[in-house]
Amino acid sequence: MAMDTIVVGVDKSEASTRTVAFALDVALRREAKVVLVHVIPWSPFSFTTQAENETRHADRQREIAAAEEQVIAPAAVMAENAGVSTTTVVQHGNPAETLIGIAKENGGDHIMVGRTGDDSVLKSAIFGSIASRIVQHAPVPVTVVP
Amino acid sequence: MNPVDWFNSFSAWITGVVFYSVEIGGAKIPLIVTWLVIAGIFFTFWLGFMQFRGWKIALNLVRGKYSRKSDAGEVSHFQALATALSGTVGLGNIAGVAIALSLGGPGATFWMIVAGLVSMATKMAECTLGVKYRIEREDGTVSGGPMYYLRDGLAELGWARLGKFLAVFFAICMIGGSVGGGNMFQSNQATAQVLSVTGADDTFLGENPWIVGLAFAVLVGLVIIGGIKSIAKVTEKIVPFMAILYFLACMTVLIANASKIPEAFGQIFTGAFSPEGVAGGVIGALIVGFQRAAFSNEAGLGSASVAHSAVRTKEPASEGFVAMLEPFIDTVVICTMTALTIVITGTWARQDAGELGGVGLTSEAFETVIPWFPVVLAVAVILFAFSTMLAWAYYGMKGLGYLFGDSKTAENVYKVIFLVFTVIGSAAALGPVIDFSDSMIFLMSLSNIIGLYFLAKVLRKTIRSYYQRMQSGEIEEVPVEERDREVSL
Repeated sequence: MAMDTIVVGVDKSEASTRTVAFALDVALRREAKVVLVHVIPWSPFSFTTQAENETRHADRQREIAAAEEQVIAPAAVMAENAGVSTTTVVQHGNPAETLIGIAKENGGDHIMVGRTGDDSVLKSAIFGSIASRIVQHAPVPVTVVP
Repeated sequence: MNPVDWFNSFSAWITGVVFYSVEIGGAKIPLIVTWLVIAGIFFTFWLGFMQFRGWKIALNLVRGKYSRKSDAGEVSHFQALATALSGTVGLGNIAGVAIALSLGGPGATFWMIVAGLVSMATKMAECTLGVKYRIEREDGTVSGGPMYYLRDGLAELGWARLGKFLAVFFAICMIGGSVGGGNMFQSNQATAQVLSVTGADDTFLGENPWIVGLAFAVLVGLVIIGGIKSIAKVTEKIVPFMAILYFLACMTVLIANASKIPEAFGQIFTGAFSPEGVAGGVIGALIVGFQRAAFSNEAGLGSASVAHSAVRTKEPASEGFVAMLEPFIDTVVICTMTALTIVITGTWARQDAGELGGVGLTSEAFETVIPWFPVVLAVAVILFAFSTMLAWAYYGMKGLGYLFGDSKTAENVYKVIFLVFTVIGSAAALGPVIDFSDSMIFLMSLSNIIGLYFLAKVLRKTIRSYYQRMQSGEIEEVPVEERDREVSL
């Protein structure tokens, strides 16, 4: 039987660290592999200034590098220490939509996210949290870690 | 001599030079306006009426049907268009249209729309070239616009020296244009509307309008000198909603006068071909319409090419298709809305139309329907003026960067001059301000359009090839699952 794939959404929050730990634990027991994903919030339909557009390409590279270093790397170290086979993805986009998309592309059987992420309390209160949107739209089982 | 007097005499001189006119059949025809009109007509034919055939391509590009996920995080077609529009949609759409109607009667509207449709081809031309010849620096930042296609495009054709000269000339004119139409005119008309709705015309503030101008200068200064980007970001986000609000306000005026709509269209059509009481008759109305359309949508001036060239695409022509939507939205939609409100409420025919001037006339038209509408207009005007000023300060700095290689001293001197003119603009009379703004802005078209003609063959090849590959299916829509994101229309 093919190995299970667990897709884990990570960010800088503490809930994210707990999620990674939980995912690794499950992965070890089920002999699954893990895809660590960080989505940088972004919309091609947002309004930007001239100066932002001029440096956008460079800023994007910087954002990806920063995410890899500050968000992905610590989680990848945890995975390595646990001895779980891991791949990583950093992408711009709508967090919930993009995470589900990446799960589909990578043959994810399971999505795990933290209950509260980097989003502000206000934003979550108005639009609902990223986790709840993933729960509503994901085609595979979702685990939300408190 | 105080700065305002000095400015008035300088404005009169420069206007005489730029707007050199010939008289045909009693109508004064400024050669520079003819220059823009001919360019629009030429590129409409040369590119094979692409502004009418390319709609589907343009809309699909903006919707994101050709954007891959791997492009996520880069400047999208939508963003390039929206940013360019924030610089274009300004007081030209509100005050400029009113001026056109007070001089050219309702018929000017017709010619303004024709100008808008024709200039879509010019805009497509300059924005395609902007992307094609943009430069990407080592640090990943992108610069484009007429300076670069004039210099590098003409060099490819063996006209390197001419290209360099035209590029420098353009950069200088863009700096001038940024100070004039992109700054003084905006500040002038925004101040007029602020004073009018606050009823402060006869008070201390009304006699010292420069105080309002100073407030504008401080706000613009906070962004361009203080580097407070959050102000610019917030403005960018509010302006689109203001544009929608303005549109709705116009619609309200039109609905309230719904029974008069056929009559208004009648006036526009008859006025276009047999205007009464308009200096210069048909030609007079036509020139006024074309001039105000050009001032509003900036096609042929080359400014938007700077904004559009930031887009992330491998196909320069794709941004050309997207950019052609700009004169359509700006002139055919927004300017026409303003014109209809003014025609339908009859304010253009008022005896004191000339005195009310620009934004005052539009404000009157709004007031006839709902008394507090001028306040909505004032808010829209302030935001449009502010975002246009920021966009043009950026254009000016791009011109300066081209000339002085991003020298900090030159930049700082420019910023201070820009702000001084914001203040002068608020205090000077409308006449000299509009003459000066027009002169500076229209001068940009001189070298830009020469460049477009030189590069016409390259341009046609680029656009045709793209269009054919789109039609033949060689360039396919990105499959839904690989798309970045799209909006449904």
